[in-house]
Amino acid sequence: MVATLRVFAARYSFGGAGSLNKVKFTFSWLKEYLETEASAIEIADRLSMLGLEVESIDNAAEKFAPFLICEVIKAVSHPNADRLKLCILEIGKDQVQVVCGAPNVREGMKGVFAPIGSTIPGSNIVLKSSKIRGEVSNGMICSEFEMGLSDDHDGIIELPASAPVGESWAKWASLDDVIIEIALTPNRGDCASVRGIARDLAAAGLGKLRPLEIPKVESSFDSNVKWEIDFPKDCKNACPLVVGRMFRNIKNGESPGWLKNRLKSIGLRPISALVDITNWATFALGRPLHVFDVDKISGNLTMRFARQGETLKALDEKEYKLEDGMIIIADENGPQGIGGVMGGAASGCSAETKDVFLEVALFDPVRVAETGRKLGILSDARYRFERGIDPTSLEWGTEIASSMILKLCGGEASSLTVAGEEPKWKRQQELRTSRVQSLGGMDLSAQKQEKILSALGFEAELSGQEIKCQIPPWRPDIEGEADLVEEVMRIQGYDDIPALPLPNNAVVPAPARSFEQQRIENVRRVLAARGLVEAVTYSFLDSENASHFGQSPDELRIANPISADLDMMRPSILPNLILALSRNQARGLADVNLFEVGAKYTDDSPEGQTTVAGGLRSGNTNSSSWIAKTEPIDIFHVKADVLAALSAAEAPTDKLKVTRDLPKWSHPGKSGSICLGRHVLGQFGELHPRLSSEMGVEGPVAIFEVFIERVPFKRSKSMKDKELLTLSQFQPVNRNFAFLVDQNTDAERVLHAVRLVDKEIISNVELFDVYIEGVGKGKKSLAVKVTLQPTEATMTEKEIEIISDKILASVANQTGGILRS
Amino acid sequence: MTSKNIDNLRDTLISKIESAADLDSLDDIRVSALGKQGSLTALLKGLGKASPEERKPLGQAINEAKVKINNAIAIRKEFLDAQALDLRLASETVDVTLPVRPEQEGKIHPISQTIDEMVAIFCEMGFEVAEGPHIETDFNNFTALNIPPEHPARQEHDTFYLPKREDGSRLVLRTHTSPVQIRTMLSKKPPIRIIVPGRTFRADYDATHSPMFHQIEGLVIDQSTHMGHLKGCLIEFCQTFFGVSNLPSRFRPSYFPFTEPSAEMDIGCSRKGGGLTIGAGEDWLEILGCGMVHPKVLAACGIDSNLYQGFAFGLGIERAAMLKYGIPDLRTFFDSDLRWLQHYGFLPHDIPSVARGV
Repeated sequence: MVATLRVFAARYSFGGAGSLNKVKFTFSWLKEYLETEASAIEIADRLSMLGLEVESIDNAAEKFAPFLICEVIKAVSHPNADRLKLCILEIGKDQVQVVCGAPNVREGMKGVFAPIGSTIPGSNIVLKSSKIRGEVSNGMICSEFEMGLSDDHDGIIELPASAPVGESWAKWASLDDVIIEIALTPNRGDCASVRGIARDLAAAGLGKLRPLEIPKVESSFDSNVKWEIDFPKDCKNACPLVVGRMFRNIKNGESPGWLKNRLKSIGLRPISALVDITNWATFALGRPLHVFDVDKISGNLTMRFARQGETLKALDEKEYKLEDGMIIIADENGPQGIGGVMGGAASGCSAETKDVFLEVALFDPVRVAETGRKLGILSDARYRFERGIDPTSLEWGTEIASSMILKLCGGEASSLTVAGEEPKWKRQQELRTSRVQSLGGMDLSAQKQEKILSALGFEAELSGQEIKCQIPPWRPDIEGEADLVEEVMRIQGYDDIPALPLPNNAVVPAPARSFEQQRIENVRRVLAARGLVEAVTYSFLDSENASHFGQSPDELRIANPISADLDMMRPSILPNLILALSRNQARGLADVNLFEVGAKYTDDSPEGQTTVAGGLRSGNTNSSSWIAKTEPIDIFHVKADVLAALSAAEAPTDKLKVTRDLPKWSHPGKSGSICLGRHVLGQFGELHPRLSSEMGVEGPVAIFEVFIERVPFKRSKSMKDKELLTLSQFQPVNRNFAFLVDQNTDAERVLHAVRLVDKEIISNVELFDVYIEGVGKGKKSLAVKVTLQPTEATMTEKEIEIISDKILASVANQTGGILRS
Repeated sequence: MTSKNIDNLRDTLISKIESAADLDSLDDIRVSALGKQGSLTALLKGLGKASPEERKPLGQAINEAKVKINNAIAIRKEFLDAQALDLRLASETVDVTLPVRPEQEGKIHPISQTIDEMVAIFCEMGFEVAEGPHIETDFNNFTALNIPPEHPARQEHDTFYLPKREDGSRLVLRTHTSPVQIRTMLSKKPPIRIIVPGRTFRADYDATHSPMFHQIEGLVIDQSTHMGHLKGCLIEFCQTFFGVSNLPSRFRPSYFPFTEPSAEMDIGCSRKGGGLTIGAGEDWLEILGCGMVHPKVLAACGIDSNLYQGFAFGLGIERAAMLKYGIPDLRTFFDSDLRWLQHYGFLPHDIPSVARGV
């Protein structure tokens, strides 16, 4: 069916899930924390049903399966091409010949071999045996680009001499993995870590969560750098607690292969052992860390708010202007880091770093979010801090990171320096076990509920009809009983909620729309039935165009418009339709009939928003045809639209009056209003030619607006709405009159003068012609057909004559018109 | 006068009648035979001269001849009439392949049509349509929906703001239809069962985002509605809306600040061959967000969450229309391109109802 359906992400925003951030991990990394028999695909399926929506699964193991480690045993120049080499490769027992153009290919090197029939991940091309310049090539030696690992296609991958020839390259390089990416909802900061995800999976019965090993690190000296906290009294929560430790005589080299592979597998670039350790802790455990080069800081480090005028060049090499309210880490010389967001470039670690200071802190999520937003920094640390991290992680995080630093970088560790105190995080929440059924609609035993909560790390205790829970420190999102119902049901699976019909009191439902709402829909369909095409245009437009169509007070100016031409709430639907007409004319469409039913705004109160119908017609009534005359659009076409719309809105059409109250946008001689008493219910006319040219439209445009909500309505619509019809059995009589009146006399006054004579007998008055030519200067002739409908007896000539005389007298009296001789 | 004369005259006249070329000459013959000066009339007049014995048989013969002549005239007249009609009809032939008179065909925008379809379905389940202003207070759009000022969701909403007012507050263009939940609960006592279609606004514009779009919100508040009813209601809705009676669906846990528990609903689809087909298939498509109304939202509206509960849901109108009608691009909805409106629009008499299928 639909070839290129570009369906955008569901934005019911029914909420604020908004843009979800992605969390990436690999199956093998997950298994460090989860003891499981489940396959990667089973895990992925379950994650989505746990509320950790899987965005993508990249099965690298499958993708890389065909590629083998090879050794180039011979590489000679291609006989027919200078830049190519003819290579003989050893792959286990076999030897193959390939033609290779890489500058770095040479005898004795080891590389990655792609055999015939394999699909190259970087290009999705299936390799075939081929002849290149006359020489057979049975495969390919690959670059990182061809493997889809990086943009590097300058040369082929060089493997160390220890790589086992003939074996699977991906397995040897630990790339035989499945990469899973999840979209994390903003409440689940605890799952912004591989271990957190493992915990959810374990609770769902997909394995066992391995306990976190917390090593005890020996200290041999006191840190040169000490922590200080300096916040105003009422802002102590900006950084309630910070822990630090110094390491001396370390060597910040490359990380070991396992660590580099972990980071590479989720798209991170390994930098140095110290930086890699902080990244690892962030992604594996959800515990962001920072490391300072001790030689590059002066004195102690202080957590404080930035002072006006302070700036910092951060690790991304960009200069940031800091403001009061932003948490910074400062030494004697000023800011060295932005708390929870990003470290400073000057105090960062390098290969030369000898002494390092580890920062393990806890920050106020709101401040971190605000600071990151103001500075435009979306860091992995900010992502976790603004969602709230485990307040107990300072204790175990410091020990785990310390032990890793000692292991990978050597040196010795200082004792801890601590400022602030651990915030009180212990909270209790009761769950009435009946709520899983009464709120969640799921039948689940109390024991099962307790078991699930315990598996999630709640200290849960079932007593009677209630489970008393202590909320674990990594779940700041759990606030009430409903959250616990969700936890229980999420782990059990929403599939176990039986779907029930919504109980309905009435078999035949009441109307969904009120009369007020329904008549707006009636107007919409009536206008479409009159040949107008419905458009939906923005509720805003540029203030310049808006000003021609109504009053736009400054309170309706959008403070942050997406562009200057969409900065004002519309005072009328018309300008947007006129701009739409201009666009259609530019497309070569001349006969344009558009309407819209929607809101217009006169002030910022709810009452200032009203629903109106607006429309326009331009060009001709129809395209040229062999059978029908082409007629140019005029204001009487849109006057008919207004009357039809008002009739659909159930206006009392017999009481409507047409006046010359001029709309702001109109041609002064060709426009009018349709009123009920003093209320203007509709306006019609020709767009002022000056506006036409300003707004870029060609030719006359007939436009109208109907103020549907001003039409009075009866609150209840009864069946007796229609009056009783009495049909006369006597012949109606038609009489024609031609009245000569002053040219500026409104025709309606003449018609009114006729109707006035006898409302019983005069059943219809029609104006069938207007002449101006040859009737005398300043005069016009109006030809009127009057239908007389007697109800009691057929009219005699005498009676007809009497009423005709009355008509003449009335017209003369009201308008000065005389019968044209 | 003899009977032979009569027979001869009769035969001559009948032969003339039978060869009359047209209606005019037929009438001439009739007058020449039966008119005042007609030949048969003359015979009748001459009857008086015949003897009384002859008078009767001759009279009889004349009358018989008259009947036969009248019959012949009638037959010939019918024939000539038919012939004349055939000729006329042949001369009146027109080229029926000529095109008809051009008419201007009005259309209903797919957004209006989709809203009408949804209203028709939810009407069957006892929902009423509620509406609210597009310019909203911060309280109705955020705070009452459990999105406090510091909540990250606020920033993700890309809110349009109106100028700061004297008291420091700022009105917003509603970022979702959810504030109508608040307005309804503040003004009406449960039971409540409403749907809220309408315009919503976000400061975002690219291939898949428009600064104005439409949502439909649903809210049910009473004493006993639970998540099983939520599932049943939305499954029925999707099956009816997409016209797929065995439409697979699933509910995944999710997060919205104003519901707890929260869920997202997926429906089955197939993406085989590059297209997208709603129905049983190998894939899932996210269609809406929903959940049980958060106790804090009830509290913000003065409703006792120990007594009342219920569900809410929301989905995008344009997205639903795109999926149902295969409309490829969101931005075209608001471009007012007459060609697009004529193609994707609906006829005015095509009023959605469950009776005729939405």
